[in-house]
Parts: sequence; C-alpha cells; structure tokens
Amino acid sequence: MNIGVLQFPGSNCDQDAFHLFANGLGLPTRYIWHKDTTLGDVDLVIVPGGFAYGDYLRCGAIARFSPVMKAVAAYADKGGLVYGICNGFQILCEAGLLPGALIRNSSLEYRCVMCDLTVEASTPSFSPSVLGPTVKLPIGHGEGNYRIDEAGLARLEANKQILLRYQSNPNGSLSDIAGIRNEKGNVFGMMPHPDRAFERFHQSRDGLAVSRAVLATKFPELLAKTA
Amino acid sequence: MPASPLPANPDPILNQPITPALVKKHGVLPEEFEAIKGFLDREPTLTELGIYSVMWSEHCAYKNSRPLLKGFPTEKKGASENFGRVLVKAGEENAGIIDIGDGWAVAFKIESHNHPSAIEPFEGAATGVGGIVRDIFTMGARPVLLTNSLRFGELTSPTVQRLFRGVVSGIAHYGNCLGLPTVAGDVYFDRSYEGNPLVNALCLGVLRHDQIKRGKATGVGNPVFYVGAATGRDGLGGAAFASKELSEESHADRPAVQKGDPFMEKLLIEACLEMMEVPGLVVGIQDMGAAGLTCSTCETASRGGAGIEIELDKVPQRETGMNSYEIMLSESQERMLVIVQKGREKEIEEIFQKWDLHAAHVGFVTDTERMVVKQHGITVADIPAASLTDAAPVYKRESREPAYLATTSKWTIQSSGLADTDSAGVKSGLEKLLAHPTIASKRWVYRQYDHMVRHGTVVVPGSDAGVVRLRLGDQEKFIAIANDCNGRYCYLNPYRGAVIAMVECMRNLVCAGATPLAMTDNLNFGNPYKPENFFQLKECVRGLADACNFFDVPVVGGNVSLYNESPEGAIDPTPTVSVVGFIENEKHVTKQFVRNAGEKLILLGGAPNELGGSQYLGLIHGLKTGDAPEVDLATEKKLQSTLLTLIKAGVISAAHDLSEGGLLVAIAEMLFSPERTFGAKLDLTAFGATRFDALLFGESQGRIVVSVKADKIGTILSEAHTSGISATLLGEVTDATDLILNARGVAAQWSVPALREAWETSIERVMARPGLAS
Repeated sequence: MNIGVLQFPGSNCDQDAFHLFANGLGLPTRYIWHKDTTLGDVDLVIVPGGFAYGDYLRCGAIARFSPVMKAVAAYADKGGLVYGICNGFQILCEAGLLPGALIRNSSLEYRCVMCDLTVEASTPSFSPSVLGPTVKLPIGHGEGNYRIDEAGLARLEANKQILLRYQSNPNGSLSDIAGIRNEKGNVFGMMPHPDRAFERFHQSRDGLAVSRAVLATKFPELLAKTA
Repeated sequence: MPASPLPANPDPILNQPITPALVKKHGVLPEEFEAIKGFLDREPTLTELGIYSVMWSEHCAYKNSRPLLKGFPTEKKGASENFGRVLVKAGEENAGIIDIGDGWAVAFKIESHNHPSAIEPFEGAATGVGGIVRDIFTMGARPVLLTNSLRFGELTSPTVQRLFRGVVSGIAHYGNCLGLPTVAGDVYFDRSYEGNPLVNALCLGVLRHDQIKRGKATGVGNPVFYVGAATGRDGLGGAAFASKELSEESHADRPAVQKGDPFMEKLLIEACLEMMEVPGLVVGIQDMGAAGLTCSTCETASRGGAGIEIELDKVPQRETGMNSYEIMLSESQERMLVIVQKGREKEIEEIFQKWDLHAAHVGFVTDTERMVVKQHGITVADIPAASLTDAAPVYKRESREPAYLATTSKWTIQSSGLADTDSAGVKSGLEKLLAHPTIASKRWVYRQYDHMVRHGTVVVPGSDAGVVRLRLGDQEKFIAIANDCNGRYCYLNPYRGAVIAMVECMRNLVCAGATPLAMTDNLNFGNPYKPENFFQLKECVRGLADACNFFDVPVVGGNVSLYNESPEGAIDPTPTVSVVGFIENEKHVTKQFVRNAGEKLILLGGAPNELGGSQYLGLIHGLKTGDAPEVDLATEKKLQSTLLTLIKAGVISAAHDLSEGGLLVAIAEMLFSPERTFGAKLDLTAFGATRFDALLFGESQGRIVVSVKADKIGTILSEAHTSGISATLLGEVTDATDLILNARGVAAQWSVPALREAWETSIERVMARPGLAS
C-alpha cells in the first residue's frame, strides 16, 4: 500500500502527516509536489494541513487550481481514496470534492486546543463500533467553521456523511461538524489533526485509529490485521 | 588632500547639502559626523549619511551597551562541559550555536520588536517573529520552535487590551503560518510598560555541525544574490526608529513599521535550506533585517575582510522610482543576501525557481574592503565596510544609582508597620492573586498559537517549561526551553533581579527534568543617556554574567533594546532570559501537575520571612517596594542538582517552581492538571512563628514544590538532607474538591474548581468581545 502526501507551497503539516503514516502506521509514504500533474502509484492521497499559497485570499482558494489538484480530482473520480486534514479539508471543499465550506472561527481567533469528538456511524470502518463512541484529537486552525445550506446538511445527515462532531464546539461549526466524507465514501476531510495524535508522548494517540478507519473503508483487511 | 566627491545622485533630492539639522535628524551626533568624514576623507552623500545613521544606531551597533556585554561569559579557556559545547559564540554571527551531541546542534536567539509593536501591534509583533526566524535559518538551521516574552501595562486599560490583542494575534499569524510551534512564553502586566510594551521573540533551530553557515563574503568575484521579497518603502529606517524614545509623534513614524508576509518567509526557509544542503554552493548568507540591504552587505563584507559592490537597478523593487537612500534603508521583510560560489549561479537560480521566488544577481565580492553601491551605473555610496561595523562608535555612559533605591531597599515587612494577614486575608489573597493577569492562566494567549505543529511538542504551554522532541535523522533528542524575567525585582534591585531571572529560568528547566545548557538574553531598558537607566543596565548585565559564570552556562547571543520609555518614564528594567536545556531521557520529562490523589507535597528550600517586590504586596497593599527576594547562588545550585537527581531517580511525580504569588499559588497551580482538578490538604504548622503573609505569599527564591508518592517521602527527605537543602512536608493531594489549609493560627478552605475557574478565565473575561463566542 502506498501513501502520497501532497506538498503545496505553504503546507506545514506535510511532515506531520508523513510521519503519521510512515512511522505511526508503518506504511510506505512519499511526497507529491504541487506542480506534478500525475500522482503515480498511490492508494491514498493525503492533502495535509498548513497555509497553502499563504491562504491570504480564502483558505484553499488558490490551492484548488494547482496542477496536482487536477490529478487528485481525476483520481477521486475513479474512486481513489483522498484524506484532507485541516487545510487539506478546506482545499477539498474549495475544489468541490467535498460539500460545504469553512469560514473563520466564530471567535475570529486561531484555536489550538484538544477536542473531544463524537464518532458518527458513517462507514463500516468509520463508526463507533470500530473507533468507540468518542475520540480525542487536537485542532489548530483559524478557519474551521463548517457551513453548508439546509438541503446540503440534510443530505449529509441522510447519507451518514458526517464523521466527527465536536462535543464542545470550538469554532462555531454548523451542527458541531468536525469532519465529513463525500457521498461515494472515498473522499474524507476533517479539521482535527490525527497527525498530531500518534506519538507515545502525545496527549492522545487516537490519530492512529482514525486514520486506519479512513484507510479501511477501501482496505478492510487493514482493520482485521490491527484489531 | 581629501578624496574627490562622489558624482551627483540620479535623484536630485539626494544631492541637497548635508546641514547640521539634517545630521541631527538622522540621530547622528556632531562628533559622529566628524568621524564619518574622517572615514570617507570627504563629506558623505545623503545616502551615505543614511547608511551610517542606521548602522551606528544602538539597534545595529550596540554603541551604548557593547562595553557592558563584554562581561558576559561567551567562551572559557580549558572549557568546562557547557562552554565546550559552544560552536558559534555570541556576537560572532546572526545567532549562537551549541552542540547537543552526535553531530547535532541547536541555534537559538531572542530578539525584540518593542517599538514597532507599540505603534502597530499586529505587524510589529508579526515581523518580530519573521526577523528572528531568519536569524536562525541563516545559520543553516531548520527552525523548529518559537517562544516569546511579552510585557504590557495593566490589562484594565483599553489601550493595553488593544495592544495585547494585536501583539498576540500578530505572533499567531506569522508563527502559525510558518508551521512553527510556540511552545513556551511569559506575559507580565505592570504599569511601567504602559505605552511601551515589550515583545521579545525567540526562535530555535536544529542542524548538523557540518551545516553551519556564516554571514561572510569571501572569494573575490563571487556573485552576490538577493533572494526573497521585493524591496518597498516600508520600514524605512526602522533600525534608527527603534533607537529613539517613543513620543506622541511616534505615530507619525508608522511607515517605519514593516509589513510581514509569512508565506513568503515559509518559501524562503525551504528554498534557503535546500540551497544550503548543496555542498559548496553557498559561500555566505545573511538575512536583511534591521537596516536591510545596508546591514547585510557591509556586515558580510566586514566579516569576510572583503568588499562588496552592488547595482541597485538589479534589486527587485515593489515600487517605481525608489532612490538609493530608500532602497538601502528599506526594511522590507523576507529578504536574504547570499554569496554564491562563482560559476554555480545556475544552481541557485533553479532552486529559487522551484519555489517560485526571485534570485537576483545584484553584485559581487571585491578585494577593496569597501561597500560600493551603484544605481544606473553611478556610484552613490563608497564606504569602508569595517567603518560601519567594527569601527562604529562605542560610548561609556554615565551611571548613577537611582534615588528611589535608597527608600525602597530599606523597606521590610517587619519595619513597614503593615499588619500580618489573617484567615480571611489568606482566603481572599489567594483568590485575588490567582485571578491577576500576571499569575492567571495564559490559555487565552497560547490557544491562539499553534503549539502542536511538527508533532514534537511533549509538554505544551502551561507548565514550567516547554519540552520538544527533536527528530534528528533516525534518532531522537529532547530539549526544554523557558523564558523569565521579573521586571519588578530588577526595578528594586537590578543586580539581584537579573540573577533571579537567570536562576528562575534554570529552575523552570530543572523542574521539567532538563539540564541547562546555554542562555540567550534580551536586554530591555530605558534611554541609556539617563544615568539612572544606564545604572540599571550595567547592574543587570553584571547580575546575568555572575549567574551564568556560577552555573557554567554560556551566553550564546542576544539583543539589546534601549529607549523603552513612554511619556511617563522608563520601563522597569527587563533583562529577559531564555535558557535551553537538554533532557537525557524521555522518562525524565516532568510537569508541574500532580498526578494522583494520595501524593505528598514537599517544599524543597526554605521559608524566609520577606515580602519585598511580591505580587501580593502590589495587589493587596498597592506597594511596589522592598528589596528583591533573597537569592543565594550556592543554595540554588544545590537545590537544582538535588531535584535533577531525584527526577532521574524516578521518584518525582510533579515539580513546580515557586515564583510570582509564592507558596499557595504554586500549590494551587499544581492541582490544576489538564487531566482533572485535584484537592489538597495542607498542614503548615511545622513552620515556625513567621508572618503568614510572608510564608504564604512571599517570593523568596530557591524553592520548589514537588509531589511524590507517599512511599518516596523518605528518599526525598534524606536526599535533601544529604545535599543540605531544607525539605518540609506540606500535605497531601486528595480526590476532594477542596484545598484545605491549616497553619499555626490561620486556617482557610477553598473550592479548587472555583479557584481554577477564576485563574483559567481571568484574561479571557477581560479580552472577550461582545457578541463573539470565546
């Protein structure tokens, strides 16, 4: 299994995601440069956190036009697994690979705190039965306030697309939404950072199980192996 | 016969005669102007006058502090362990570097951005972070963490709230975007900083010994490249601006505050580190910080014993029609000067192209030892490089002990006539202290800083020191870092206050399980032309130097910020100290929070009978007087080594340094664990007939409270006894929600969740904005 971590100018959690998958989960992992037009042999594409292109305009608004995102869209279209974390989630929403948008936190301030998250029954692997009812993951963002129109929210609920909800909402997100997937179930996005919750000294190591649950939607054997 | 004058500048405005008024406006003294003429052997052009004025400012030349700084221990012959670790010493380069073993090293330095932050808090603080980060990666190091040390007036003032909010969000904006965790810091609120906040930012980076780069121009004919952002008119003369007292008119200086672009800096970091990894490509590199293009060209030339010639037409410019004065003095951010091995120009150009950045070939290294600047081919400045750096003027200022010290130093709690506190006073005293912004939780601050990015933060902000795991090749190392300085102590006793800043910072590290390695300092003082201010500076430097010598901790770099005054007077002298420590084994990492009910609390260190300079005295009695708390270097050293021995023996559950607020505040803070809130039952009857206010709220140094498992009490007491440290059992951690105190004559009881709420939300409540979620 090959993991690819995108690198945009301004990505700054690319190394965190790399180490989560390479060392935390022990999977072959490599970087993919934003100017690349092909992804190569890859089973999961990580869109990592950071401030791609500075995010001065609107987070993800420029990154979505980068050459590599065309390749990611085509890959997702064919059912490839895509996992956006923080800025990656923002970019996937801007690129239209995930529904909704992320705006400034209701406090108008950046927030770096630990969050208790309720796990929703979204897929066979991303569910309370696999992950337990709650997980603990940190957040670090200024624009994590998830928004979607009423019909869109109804669709998310009906299709069980919501992955995680904040137990104590840190950013004003609609319906406490912290992470979602697309309808097809191959594109995942979340504001919390599994890539900051996997080392033995981290306050939580739930990032391992959460990331495994994402991978297992396509590779269920992974879950069986580590269970 | 004098040298012939330079040709006319292409911009007629720069050909105006240099009048005494113009010289004065540049902050250049008449005798300094004479010296300039001597170096040039002719009248300077206006561009040259501007160049001298910024290079000879305090910010660049340390002209009033240099003789004092020589007292700092930066190297020792027959080097002891810590001094033997110094790879690049203070003053040699943009930042000092120390060895951390196995071929790895850390570069770190602290720097101020006080005046820009007073005028424009967001951009001022943001560019302060940008500047110090450049100082670190210039050395070839990958920046891995930030800390900061902030001082403001009383938080009740709306102006202070605006500055505080702006500074914190500015630091957050820049540091978060770069992807650097801010892992430690300190914030004090005191009237003396009203109108002149202090913003000191630190960056630490890691590198292999063979990656160290120097800011040196060598090799005649080697090309000089300008990389990064284009030059604009922002920050014009910032270094000179930073060397003037703040006045009402300072707000008209707004163009002297630079605007930061952290995205550009992030690209610059990556491109420069990639470039420096190529063997033999980079000859020298220096960031364009204070005094921009001027400083980087003359300093690299001077260090290399060479000359540099540049053509301004090749400098990327953000605006049209900029003249040589503007280009040379601009402090536009995110720019670097790189001297490249001749013939390898294409390699650097390719790397910067990859990162979509400019790399402009602006000049070359010469053997003239002169800095020659041309525009449209016309020479606009031609200056001996060393005259701007090594030959900059140095002054020994007059020093006079401030008159107030005669009164304050005589004050003691015994002679004051103040009645001792009683049970009710103890109860409200702790409540008030915990809610005071200086002591209260700084959660409002650090939750705005990304402190987890790079996934290496082991101890997050909120404990005595930040701890970070460094991933170095295929091995790991753990380092701790803390900042300290109580300006109130330094005001009351500059020498002792500085000693305390140093020993307390080390005590914080030891509480985290670290051995102190090296120190960087930021000397924040008032106008040195006032003899009382110079006295404070002199005494504080002496205090830091003595403490560093005693503890064998080298000073590896720092920054001096003078003229910190507002119309109301000078700030409290504030020699901010930051020490980096090394943690041998991950198992030694210790936090300030108790871990389990049933643990015993033990005070290591004595209980002297004093209240001078304490927060209690200020908050409860409205007094800023007395002598700074007692500190004894020998006792302190014994205390710190004893604690480290105990931590390494694995018998310490938690350790917390006693500082502002004293004993009860420290104990309360230990109960506020991020996991849960604990209770405690304290029996202080063992202490003799001291005053309760001094016992419970005094700030005597050399004290630490530890929490240990009940069966370890014997080990602790006997180890303390052997080392000659007093140790007193204070009580027990409980599962209850109360903190219960029983001393001989006073008793009090608090709800710990209520204390915690007051402590945790004190700053948030003040800073909340109506209509917005917290």
